[in-house]
Amino acid sequence: MPTKTATRQQKTAEKDAKSTANGSPKTASKNSAKLKEIVTDEVNKKEAKAEFQTRKKSQTSALKNTDPELLREMLYQMVLGRIFEQKCAEVYRIGKIGGFCHLYIGQEAVGVGSMMALKEGDYTITSYRDHVQAMVAGISPEEVLAELYGKAGGNVGGKGGSMHMFSKEKGFFGGHGIVGGQIGVATGMAYAQKYKGTDNVTLCFFGEAAVNQGIFHESLNMAQLWKIPCIYICENNQYGMGTSQKRAMSISNIASKAEAYGMANEFVDGMDVMAVREATLRAIERARKDGSPTLLEIRCYRYMGHSMSDPGKYRTTEEIKKYQERDPIVLFKESLKAAKVFGDKDFEEIETKAKEAVEKAVKFAEESPFPDESELMTDVLAE
Amino acid sequence: MAEMTIRDALNAALREELIRDENVFIMGEEVAEYDGAYKVTRGLWKEFGDKRVVDSPITELGFAALGVGAAMAGLRPVIEFMTFNFSILAADQIINHAAKMLYMSGGQFNVPIVFRGPNGSAFQVSSQHSQALEAFYANFPGLKVVMPSTAADAKGLLKSSIRDNNPVVFLEQETMYGMKSEVPEDEDFLIPLGVADVKREGSDCTIVARSFTVPQALKAAEIIKSEYDVSVEVVDPRTIKPLDIDTITASVKKTNRLVIAEESHSFASVGAEISHQVMENAFDYLDAPIKRISTVEAPMPYARNLEVAALPSVEKIVAAVKEVCYL
Ligand SMILES: Cc1ncc(C[n+]2csc(CCOP(=O)(O)OP(=O)(O)O)c2C)c(N)n1
Ligand SMILES: [Mg+2]
Repeated sequence: MPTKTATRQQKTAEKDAKSTANGSPKTASKNSAKLKEIVTDEVNKKEAKAEFQTRKKSQTSALKNTDPELLREMLYQMVLGRIFEQKCAEVYRIGKIGGFCHLYIGQEAVGVGSMMALKEGDYTITSYRDHVQAMVAGISPEEVLAELYGKAGGNVGGKGGSMHMFSKEKGFFGGHGIVGGQIGVATGMAYAQKYKGTDNVTLCFFGEAAVNQGIFHESLNMAQLWKIPCIYICENNQYGMGTSQKRAMSISNIASKAEAYGMANEFVDGMDVMAVREATLRAIERARKDGSPTLLEIRCYRYMGHSMSDPGKYRTTEEIKKYQERDPIVLFKESLKAAKVFGDKDFEEIETKAKEAVEKAVKFAEESPFPDESELMTDVLAE
Repeated sequence: MAEMTIRDALNAALREELIRDENVFIMGEEVAEYDGAYKVTRGLWKEFGDKRVVDSPITELGFAALGVGAAMAGLRPVIEFMTFNFSILAADQIINHAAKMLYMSGGQFNVPIVFRGPNGSAFQVSSQHSQALEAFYANFPGLKVVMPSTAADAKGLLKSSIRDNNPVVFLEQETMYGMKSEVPEDEDFLIPLGVADVKREGSDCTIVARSFTVPQALKAAEIIKSEYDVSVEVVDPRTIKPLDIDTITASVKKTNRLVIAEESHSFASVGAEISHQVMENAFDYLDAPIKRISTVEAPMPYARNLEVAALPSVEKIVAAVKEVCYL
């Protein structure tokens, strides 16, 4: 239990970290300090509603400079991600999916906002919570769902399952099951991009609990030391399984950990897809220029349990509702409407298209055969 | 005697040892407030509090190391890995530090620590979450390696492991946590490390099985008995290191045939070691080449049908017994 003294100590420590950061570019947007307080505090529903309105205002203005077709695609990917994951929960409960199954519901703005700022040749890597990122990378919903069914038509032929989606063609370097492991791998992917003389970058997603692994710290040090163009995206959904961030981390401000390595960093509201996009674009610009890495702490919330087998008794429904008040899809839609970019008819079209895509995926997964047993011994070693 | 699950037997062992010795503490991910990812530590945090049952950050190398240091300084840590796959992140502490400490300190610092958690497959959890690591740890002098297969063994062996003055790698099996059997209720019920158990007596063929494959071997023995009237003996070493080769050899000398069933891969496995030691000790008694059933030499696939094909099974063990018995 964090005591009052701990909070005070923590604040001083954070201040110290800021003042000693030697020449690291200050990129945090002006209102991020205020936002941090709002999101961190145990705000009640009313405050959440007020925060929603503030976000809506800033999002609405951000929309004005963005291509409407891109915005349509962003909303589509968020809606598709939501409906797809809801379907996964449904078919998991009737035994169509085995093993672990970690859903992304509530976090859609993070994956969509950041990945859709990438260009050809950029790479992405993430954890086991990978279905939506895989689809944003361009892997079809059919292939992702068939993989979850363990079928031959799956993304990796049924060998990986929920946690291990991959596509070399789409620059998607996988879903990974060992907490933190992908942070080191991402560093190597970006190293290769720079080594080959490209201006490409790597986006690396991981949860806030992964920050407690040594690999996070080892990687950030190397990345900054050698100017490796990796963008480390900490999806801070505030829980690692049943453990709140408070109970597992000595300070609450994850973005500031980058200061220890002199690395650029930013705190972002993960309910605001445009804020995620803009912060990612700033990080990408730095990385393309001279390889400078960035740590983004993107505060978000998962609505479901850690995985399908987690009853989630460690938090209250009140808390979940508080975040649902600021739902990233609802927020995005309202902003799009306020900015007069899209209206209800567009939203209906997008929803229908997403539902159809998911139904098509279910049909495909159901009909796809189980992998042939001869597949068991293939892919152990490369030719 | 009380009938209980392996999960509850482990829980009882932990509870009794926490009461018995105030230097015992439990640390790991989700072991306290969440009652353990697989509920092995259920109720212990409520009963013993923050000092004795500690939720750690996800930082395996760090808390394994903390355990090693605390053990050197006089405590008796029980370190839970949510699964043994994650112990690989802590392998440096287990192998480079815990296993070497007594030797390299010239006998000054022993490390009384237990590293425990589920090992092996667990219903379609795929490549990175399905590994059986006993051979890996058993390869290093300085560690004891234990693998119970029944509730009584789980309880008696865990209590002995906590009281042991050495680092013990204690490997459970997730798919077996719910299996029930009789357990003595006596608080001083201990099973010494390094003593095998004959789980079923027989005269025509020996199966050496451990953990996951013990229930399979017992089932296979029944099938062979009823279909071929051949009598199979099932020996469970229970402790991999030190290995009770005498009990295994005695059985082979009686039955003249040996099948080894294991959940790990076959290359350089514990089964390979047992096979070698039997060859050294009972070569002249063997009437057929030793046969091994292991997980195939590939990472664990996710698809249900492929996973079944990869793992040992009752059918595979029956086929192996038939082969060594020329049935
Ligand atoms: C090295 C390792 N330790 C433990 C686990 C078990 N585990 C899987 S996910 C998880 C929680 C991770 O939380 P976080 O990093 O915040 O990501 P989130 O699940 O919230 O997206 C744990 C403990 C694991 N997969 N790998
Ligand atoms: Mg998290």
